[in-house]
Amino acid sequence: MRLTTLILILAAMTFAAYVFGRRRALAVARAGGAVRLHSLPAYYGYLAAIWSALPAVALLVAWVAFSDSFIIGRVVASLPPELRDQPAAQLGLTVNEIRNLAAGQMVDEGRGAELQVAADLYNSLRTTSSRILAGLAIAVAFAGFGLAWIRTRPALRARNHVEVVIRGVLIAASSVAILTTAGILLSVTFEAARFFSQVPLADFVFGTEWSPQTAIRADQVGSSGAFGAVPLFVGTLLISGLALLVAVPIGLMTAIYLSEYAAPGVRRAVKPILEVLAGVPTVVYGYFAALTVAPFLRGIGAELGLDVASESALGAGLVMGVMIIPFVSSLSDDVINAVPQSLRDGSYGLGATKSETIKRVLLPAALPGIVGGVLLAASRAIGETMIVVMAAGLAANLTANPLQAVTTVTVQIVTLLVGDQEFDSPKTLAAFALGLVLFVVTLVLNVIALQVVRRYREQYD
Amino acid sequence: MGASVQERGSRPTPEVSRTMSTSSREMSARAGQEPATTVGDITARDPVMTVRNANVHYGETHAIKDVSLDVGRNEVIALIGPSGCGKSTFLRCLNRMNDTIESARVTGDFRLDGQDIYDRSNDVVMLRARIGMVFQKPNPFPKSIYENVAYGPRIHGLASNRAELDDIVYGSLERAGLLDEVKSRIDEPGTGLSGGQQQRLCIARAIAVNPEVILMDEPCSALDPIATARIEDLIDELTQNYAIAIVTHSMQQAARVSQRTAYFHLGRLVEVGPTEKIFTNPSHKLTEDYVTGRFG
Amino acid sequence: MADAGNRSGTAPPISGGVTRARVEAGLRRRYRRERRFRLYGLASVLLGIGFLVVLFATIIGNGWSAFRQAYIRLDVTIDAAEIDPEGTRDPGVLSVANYPALLRAALLEKFPEASGRRERRELAGLLSGGAAFALRDAVLADPGIIGTTRSFWLLADDDADLYVKGRLPTGDDGEGGRLSSAQRGWLDALGADGRVELRFNRAFFTSGDSRDPEQAGIWGATKGSFFMLLVTILVAFPLGVAAAIYLEEFAPRNAWVDVIEVNINNLAAVPSIVFGLLGLAVFINFFGLPRSAPLVGGLVLALMTLPVIIIAARASIKAVPPSVREAALGVGASHVQMVFHHVLPLALPGMLTGAIIGMARALGESAPLLMIGMVAFVVEIPSGPLSPSTALPVQIYLWADSPERAFVERTSAAIMVLLAFLLVMNAAAVWLRNRFERRW
Repeated sequence: MRLTTLILILAAMTFAAYVFGRRRALAVARAGGAVRLHSLPAYYGYLAAIWSALPAVALLVAWVAFSDSFIIGRVVASLPPELRDQPAAQLGLTVNEIRNLAAGQMVDEGRGAELQVAADLYNSLRTTSSRILAGLAIAVAFAGFGLAWIRTRPALRARNHVEVVIRGVLIAASSVAILTTAGILLSVTFEAARFFSQVPLADFVFGTEWSPQTAIRADQVGSSGAFGAVPLFVGTLLISGLALLVAVPIGLMTAIYLSEYAAPGVRRAVKPILEVLAGVPTVVYGYFAALTVAPFLRGIGAELGLDVASESALGAGLVMGVMIIPFVSSLSDDVINAVPQSLRDGSYGLGATKSETIKRVLLPAALPGIVGGVLLAASRAIGETMIVVMAAGLAANLTANPLQAVTTVTVQIVTLLVGDQEFDSPKTLAAFALGLVLFVVTLVLNVIALQVVRRYREQYD
Repeated sequence: MGASVQERGSRPTPEVSRTMSTSSREMSARAGQEPATTVGDITARDPVMTVRNANVHYGETHAIKDVSLDVGRNEVIALIGPSGCGKSTFLRCLNRMNDTIESARVTGDFRLDGQDIYDRSNDVVMLRARIGMVFQKPNPFPKSIYENVAYGPRIHGLASNRAELDDIVYGSLERAGLLDEVKSRIDEPGTGLSGGQQQRLCIARAIAVNPEVILMDEPCSALDPIATARIEDLIDELTQNYAIAIVTHSMQQAARVSQRTAYFHLGRLVEVGPTEKIFTNPSHKLTEDYVTGRFG
Repeated sequence: MADAGNRSGTAPPISGGVTRARVEAGLRRRYRRERRFRLYGLASVLLGIGFLVVLFATIIGNGWSAFRQAYIRLDVTIDAAEIDPEGTRDPGVLSVANYPALLRAALLEKFPEASGRRERRELAGLLSGGAAFALRDAVLADPGIIGTTRSFWLLADDDADLYVKGRLPTGDDGEGGRLSSAQRGWLDALGADGRVELRFNRAFFTSGDSRDPEQAGIWGATKGSFFMLLVTILVAFPLGVAAAIYLEEFAPRNAWVDVIEVNINNLAAVPSIVFGLLGLAVFINFFGLPRSAPLVGGLVLALMTLPVIIIAARASIKAVPPSVREAALGVGASHVQMVFHHVLPLALPGMLTGAIIGMARALGESAPLLMIGMVAFVVEIPSGPLSPSTALPVQIYLWADSPERAFVERTSAAIMVLLAFLLVMNAAAVWLRNRFERRW
């Protein structure tokens, strides 16, 4: 049975449970000689629906989540020994082939017949599994409804029960954010730990050579890669630094101009226009950087007699900087507006000009908030992916020259993970190690920045 | 040149326009008694500032109506009246602080030492260097005590070297009666002082620029009685060198510190005269009602 | 003031006259600085706007021509001997017949002077590979035309298309992919004959990806994005609203709730690519969901958008005044009833606005999708959230990476479409806010 059909059936059963649960409550009340129900009849319906749906859905989710790995385990166990006892990476490829074969896709001729048996087993197990699931789920739904039917009495505090369930659902929903963080942390650290069991941590953190192109099979040439991540860190810092160099002054001056100088009409018109910059997808910036900015810089470089790489850090950094401008300017705007008017008055009252007031009073007063904003912007720049994937290079050059091509952490994550890959090679796992670094660094920046900004706000509240 | 500097800012209209609406209903009951002209002598013996026919509009609101008044050298003039009567607005006209408020429109003849301060040839920076201001709420900058006082001299380039700057800063703190209290922590933030000390720091900051007139906008309203007494003593001493115009809510304070008092009502200057006369023998019914506490 | 200076010990250290002179001396310099500072501010604003203008001008300038496509009219003799030698009219035979040969013949008939293998190949290269399929479809639709000579408007090849639009760089012919002078000559001749026409590029909006620029379209990617956003909104909106309700209305003030709040704020700033890693490790490798599926993409984007929606939903719940709550509780509603009957309906427009803005962000996102295999080359139009597909921004990324020159204009055109979607979504959010927002 297809999953969607089953879900539809369960939905229908839930609805039916509501209708009958409600009727049952009314009937029970009437039979008891017009006893007052504790709650409105609808709540008895809701309760019946919950009893019927909740366990079944839980079963369904658990089944869908875990049945595949169970089936694959059975299939692998059934394989002939020479296939079963392959190294893990090889086995993964074989399993993929079996899956493809089972889905009716062509597989490499020679292996087709050999794997066909496994694929048939896979398919039949899946069919059996979904049948068992359907039967169980429907049975559970019925049982749940039956329980609700029996328990429906006028004294049953249906509304309170329903509200407890609602509260539980709300708590579960708010925990998803925590689960996400935990999921990120666990999955990334787990894979990164596997990486570090193959490549020493010191090599990764201090190594200056990065060439992750290991061979898939051990007998091929060039099977050992180098995983020194220093060039990636330097490249990331270089490009992010260039971006901040563009974004911080321009964003800050924009915020200052708009909040202190511009007429209200101008401000109302310009702000949304600049916010468009923040709404443009990063892939568009990447395209623009690669198609327009990079050749432009190359041209200028040629005029000046400089050798500008076509995937220079400068191009990616400039465009990334432009992307962050509205981010910096809206954060600075908030921060500058939080400075009390009385400080401006105090400065103007002493005869300071506007720029003197801004430079000597507003900015020093707003400094913590601005620093927080810059940290957030830095975390954005470090984690930005598409612009660098499209406009920065792949070669891991260890250089601080913005005219040369460098690569970044995010570029390497994408490069290592795009396309088919098996899950155990250090090449793939390296991406998760880089992801861990990225996550930790941005997390630390964010925590510090949010803390600084919050402190700053409290100061003027 | 100067007129172009203080561009229209974007700050919301201050207290004046907000409180205007709340108290105007009660006061408009007395509107019939409004005088067409001011009672009493608006002139000072030795005027440093003269104002004639001042009018201020905040958008639709006519906040100041035809006010004429002098501020004399070495005297304290108190501006009193019920809240929303326009006394703060009038004060802010004297150093063109209303320039920073977008909707404000100021007309009339304002002169400092005979020069029209709203004239294009007159510079607002220079004007504010000559007319200092102390605000309702102490507003020290988030800098050290020293830097707070040094701020004005620094931006105006008043000191040619560090020693001169030190002289100005310590001298100003001394004259504000604060030096003994802060000498040991002159490099600590000014925001760490008590409310009364902060306000005296603001006064020191104002006199560091060596102005001719000091405007004080309810300088003690946020302070406790002891701190208030110290500020009042300070004001007394400052009259030896400065002309002071002080807006106050407290009639007792006006009586204590000022030589002349001006009573504002609904944007008009009702009566002005020697402080003693205003409080003991007012000529106008409105003034009498106010100083005797019948409303306000 | 100068005369007052000597009167007391509290006199200022410098006289009024000196003060005035010193202020005066600095004024010009200070006003110069003031003007310069103001100019920097103005320049910053103009730089930002200028960049936006350049960006849009570049994209529109590159992309507008992609909405039109060159077609070539040829009189094709549908030779029965070539495509249906047995005369059975069997669709099985007809659908695998050699239509390109018919087109080559028609071109040769038009330009008999083309001789030699190279020239003939160049001549055939004027037409897209898709032209033969169009011809086949015409024949399959009406086998009666076999044996006749008919006039067809046929899809031109990408380089020919660019040449017709005047977008092919001249001067460096002979390079691979560009047009030879002979080809230019033929196209000019066809044009002079009225046999070349630029038409609305329907294929761009109705087909999936293709290696040939002239046959590539965004419909597959658009549908992929649609399924993905569907999953995203179905997952993220209920979860986000429920979480916001809990945090605003029910949560006790304790350490656990603080952890949730800090966590939500931080999650909003986690780089999107990290969510891609999560999706790869959890949804694909752990739960065994298929790669390249909008379902997985939608789930990843849902987790990414969740903080945005929670934050917006909390803000709009907060905006509901306490008086409404008190009124509901006062007439005997339970806490849950108060929230669901009174607070939620009032907060809903604000929540929807937040959700739309979150969706717009999700629509433009591509980095996490690269991680979960949505960069696959997918020709077929996806039929559901489980079929392999790509997404609009990823399609842009793929095309931007393609070497063919004709993909430049198509990439730009796809960007225009994407930006149009984003514009509509943001406009909807603004409209919703203005329409339903209440000031209390």
